[in-house]
Amino acid sequence: MTRRLTRRQRARVVRAVQYGVLVVALLVLVLAADWGEIRRAFFDVDVAKEQFPEIVSTALVNTVIYTVLGFVFGLTLGLVLALMRLSQVPPYRWLAIGYIEFFRGVPALLVFIALGFGVPLAFQVAINQYVTVMLALGLVGAAYMAETIRAGIQAVPKGQLEAARSLGMSQQRAMVSIVIPQAFRIVLPPLTNELILLTKDSSLVYLLGLSLGQYELAKFGRDALNEHRSLTPILIAGLLYLVITLPLGHLVRRLEARTAKAR
Amino acid sequence: MSEERSEEPVVEKSPADEGRADAEKADLAKTDPEKGRAAGDEAIRIEGLHKSFGDLEVLRGIDLSVRRGEVVCVIGPSGSGKSTLLRCVNLLEEPTSGTVTVAGNEVTDPDVDIDEVRRGIGMVFQSFNLFPHLTVLENLTIAQRRVLGRDRDSAERTARRNLERVGLTDKESAYPSKLSGGQQQRVAIARALSMEPQLMLFDEPTSALDPELVGDVLAVMRALAGEGMTMLVVTHEMSFAREVADRVVFMDGGAVVEEGTAARVVGDPQHARTREFLARVLDPAAARLPG
Ligand SMILES: Nc1ncnc2c1ncn2[C@@H]1O[C@H](COP(=O)(O)OP(=O)(O)OP(=O)(O)O)[C@@H](O)[C@H]1O
Ligand SMILES: [Mg+2]
Repeated sequence: MTRRLTRRQRARVVRAVQYGVLVVALLVLVLAADWGEIRRAFFDVDVAKEQFPEIVSTALVNTVIYTVLGFVFGLTLGLVLALMRLSQVPPYRWLAIGYIEFFRGVPALLVFIALGFGVPLAFQVAINQYVTVMLALGLVGAAYMAETIRAGIQAVPKGQLEAARSLGMSQQRAMVSIVIPQAFRIVLPPLTNELILLTKDSSLVYLLGLSLGQYELAKFGRDALNEHRSLTPILIAGLLYLVITLPLGHLVRRLEARTAKAR
Repeated sequence: MSEERSEEPVVEKSPADEGRADAEKADLAKTDPEKGRAAGDEAIRIEGLHKSFGDLEVLRGIDLSVRRGEVVCVIGPSGSGKSTLLRCVNLLEEPTSGTVTVAGNEVTDPDVDIDEVRRGIGMVFQSFNLFPHLTVLENLTIAQRRVLGRDRDSAERTARRNLERVGLTDKESAYPSKLSGGQQQRVAIARALSMEPQLMLFDEPTSALDPELVGDVLAVMRALAGEGMTMLVVTHEMSFAREVADRVVFMDGGAVVEEGTAARVVGDPQHARTREFLARVLDPAAARLPG
C-alpha cells in the first residue's frame, strides 16, 4: 500500500535525510580521527608562540607589500592593455590580445620560474628583488585586469562619450575625464576580487629566490614547518591570509550592493 | 520680442516675427545681396547629404540651410533619419557623401579640426547624457576648463550664470541622479550653453520626460529662441513648433518631404504623408480610426 506524500511532506523527508547524512559524517570524523595527533600537528602552542612576531612583522608585511606592488603595476599595465585592446589601430589590438591570451593561458608558476631565471640573465646589473616581484605579479595580474577594465569601459553608455565629444573634448580627453572614471566605478568590485587573487598568488614569489627577510607568509610557514615538523605555522599563515582577504571580500560585497542600488 | 513669442501660441506669425525677418532681409541687402546669404548669414548649410549604415540608406540627399538666429524644427516619423541628420551636423555621424557647412566652415572637409567646430555647437540629447560621476557644477565646468582652458573661477562664474538661466541655481552641488528628468535636461542645456555656442542642436529634448516636466524644458528653449539663439530642434511637440519655429521641416524616409513656416507645414500641409503624420501626432486616437 503506497501512500502518496504531499509536496510539503516530501520536502520535509528530503530535508531530514540531508541533515542525517551530515550528522553521520560528523560522527565518523569525530570517532575515527586521532585527535591527539591532530592537535600536536596543527595546534602546537609552543611552536605557535615561536612564530611571533616575525610571521606578522616580516611575513604578513611582505605579503601585503608584494601584493600592493603587483597590483599597482598590474593595474597600470592592465589599463594600457585595455585601451590597446579597444584601439582603432589593429596592431595595438593584436598585441594586447596576444599578451592577454598568453598570460591568462599559461600557469603563473611557469611565469615566475621563467622570471626567476630570466631577469638575472637579461639584466647584467643586480635588479632589486621588489622590482622582480612587482614584475612577476603585475605581468600576470595585468592580463586579467585588462579584460576587466575593457568590460568596464564598454559598459559606460555610448552617450557619455558622445556628450563629451560634442562639448569639443578630444577622444583622449573624453576617455580620461569622462569614460575611464566611470569605468573604474563599475569595475571596482571585480578589481577587488583581482586583489584577493593576487594576495594568494603572492605565495608564488618564493620561486624568484628570496632571502630570509623577504619571506612572505607561505614561504615563511613552509620554512617553519620543516624546522618544527609541525603544521602549526601553516595554519597560522593560512589564518593570516584570511585576515587580509576576508575584509576585502566584505568590501566587494558592499561595493556590489552600492552599485546595485545606484542603478 | 521674446515675450510676445512665448505668450501667444499663434499659428500665424506675429508682427514681431515679420519685423525680425524684414530686419534680416535689410541686413542682407546691405551686404552682398547674393553672397551674404550663402556665407555671412548662414549658420548651417547642408547640401546633398547622404548617410548609410551598411546597406541601410538613412539619409537620401538632404538639402537644408538654417540662417543665423533662426529656429528650425524637424518633425517626422520614427526612423525617418532626424537624429542622424542632427548628428551629421556636429559629425557624431560621418556623412557618406555631401557637405555640411557650419558658420562658413565646411565640417565635412577632412582637414578641419572637428573638436574646434564642435565647441561652437551645443548639443542636447534625448537621454540628457549628464556625467553621473560629476556634480551639476562640475558637469558645466569640465569642458570649459579642459577644452577652453578657462580657470576654475571664471568657469564657475559662467556655469552659475547658465544655471540661473535654466532656473537651477540651488542644484549646483547635486549629482545628476538626484535630479528629476526635467531638471537633468535643463542642466544639460546649461552645460551646452556654458561653452557659449553659436548654434544649438536639440534631439527630442522632451521625449524622455514625464508630461508634467516637459513644460519647464520647453520654457527654457523658448527663452533661448527669444534671445536669438540659432536652433535646430528635432521634436514631437507640435505646439512648440507652431509657436517658436521660424520654419518646420517634415522628413520621411531619409528625405525632406516639405518645409516652410510652421503655419504652412503644421497648419496646412501639402503632402499626404505630412497630413498622415500630423494626424497621428496631434491626435493619437484618430490614427487608429479607419479612413
Ligand atoms: N549607428 C547606427 N547603425 C545602424 N543603423 C542606425 C544607426 N543609427 C541609426 N540607424 C538607423 O537609421 C534609421 C534612422 O535612425 P534615426 O535615429 O536617425 O531616426 P529618427 O528619425 O531619429 O527616429 P526616432 O524618432 O525614433 O528617434 C533607423 O532605421 C535606425 O535604425
Ligand atoms: Mg531620433
